[in-house]
Amino acid sequence: RGSSHTAAMSRSYDRALTVFSPDGHLFQVEYASEAVRKGTTAVGVCGKDVVVLGIEKRATAKLQDPRTLRKIALLDTHVAMAFAGLTADARVLINKARLECQSYRLVAEDPVTVEYISRYIAGVQQRYTHRGGMRPFGISTLIVGFDPLDQRGHLYHTDPSGTYSEWKANATGRNEKTVREFLEKHYSEDASAEDTIKVAVRALLEVVQSGSKNIEVAVMRAGEPLKTLSDDEVDALVKVIEADKEAESESKKKGKSSASS
Amino acid sequence: DLPLRSTAKMDFTWGVKGKDFVLLASDKQATHSIIVVKSDQDKMYQLNDHQVLAVTGEAGDTVQFAEYIHKNVQLYQIRNGIPLSPNAAANFIRGELARYLRSRTPYSVNCLLGGVDPQDGSAGAHLYYLDYLASLNEVPFAAHGYGAHFNLSILDRYYKPDLSVDDAKELLRKCLAELRKRFIIHLPTFSVRLVTKDGVQTIDWNAEMAA
Repeated sequence: RGSSHTAAMSRSYDRALTVFSPDGHLFQVEYASEAVRKGTTAVGVCGKDVVVLGIEKRATAKLQDPRTLRKIALLDTHVAMAFAGLTADARVLINKARLECQSYRLVAEDPVTVEYISRYIAGVQQRYTHRGGMRPFGISTLIVGFDPLDQRGHLYHTDPSGTYSEWKANATGRNEKTVREFLEKHYSEDASAEDTIKVAVRALLEVVQSGSKNIEVAVMRAGEPLKTLSDDEVDALVKVIEADKEAESESKKKGKSSASS
Repeated sequence: DLPLRSTAKMDFTWGVKGKDFVLLASDKQATHSIIVVKSDQDKMYQLNDHQVLAVTGEAGDTVQFAEYIHKNVQLYQIRNGIPLSPNAAANFIRGELARYLRSRTPYSVNCLLGGVDPQDGSAGAHLYYLDYLASLNEVPFAAHGYGAHFNLSILDRYYKPDLSVDDAKELLRKCLAELRKRFIIHLPTFSVRLVTKDGVQTIDWNAEMAA
């Protein structure tokens, strides 16, 4: 009969693409994480009065306009995110998140907290591992911002499985382990704003060729809009970092105890 | 589905476009039949840095519609990195009014949108008249409510295209004086906003009147 025929047709698309393997794995989700691991590095650091996002810029073709490849996106005036993985998937997720930020403002008369929007994004990512006919998003995100009421800074990380958690500093994408290990060694909760920005850039420089050509840094302070550092500002910062490194290795050579920056 | 009745006319909004600015005014009374529920109601909504929407009409519809428009204008800005132009915003608002007009739940609101496009220099000031039947007109001056019947002829007589801000304020003074004299409803206080390429300024009209 016609109706049972069409029901059968739609039922085949209702089948989830992400199903459990016999030993309890969701392979599609794990493969999505592989896609993330191939993506350019992103780093996020949460300081006392400042939150920082840094990304590795992918080399652009000569005829391509590099300004149109934005990997740091503003979700609302007080929340921003960076990602690693499939850029097109990120575009869709960012769009949904931006809409949710305004929807929430309309309904609750308050801006979202960083936790809320991270939970929302993670929820969307999880749904795509659950409902039929869709593959998971091939991205992990780093979400930073300041909560509207208490002006406290936060950093969250989400992954293709839909897990989300808060971090003091984290990295995602290729070489994330190296960057994270550097952060574990050098991150300090009480660092000044300048030092927080420096540690984010230093962490990124561990795995990316130095120079403003290859990294992009964005900084947000409580109550202020997101500021993307200009090429000159990044260059200047990198110079300071290299000078610091020189001074450190000099004092190490001389056998004195090195002052940690 | 109730037929769309003509919206309440007791609210008053007013707008005048000058050389490179828009001056908007609205009364501050929220009334239900013969009772004044609130006398410091702000009927203007700042959609973004350079645009103000004054709304009047059905109680509830006004706030719901204005807040919905405001959030969508903000969303556009976040998504595209630049604000909606006044012309685009006016057409968006009109589109939403039109969409809901032929639904079971139309919005009974009348709007005046005053905006300045900072890129456009002196050609950047725009005033739009929208009503509950989803009409849209760009105009040099406009008003909504019963008060409009008293003011349009004064505006016809004294309006000039290259008004200065002081000229516009004088025009507002004349219009409000006529209301005070001839309109049966007493409107004691007004919200007044000035939109220029530098942003939106709230004018303390009580101070202006005392001066």
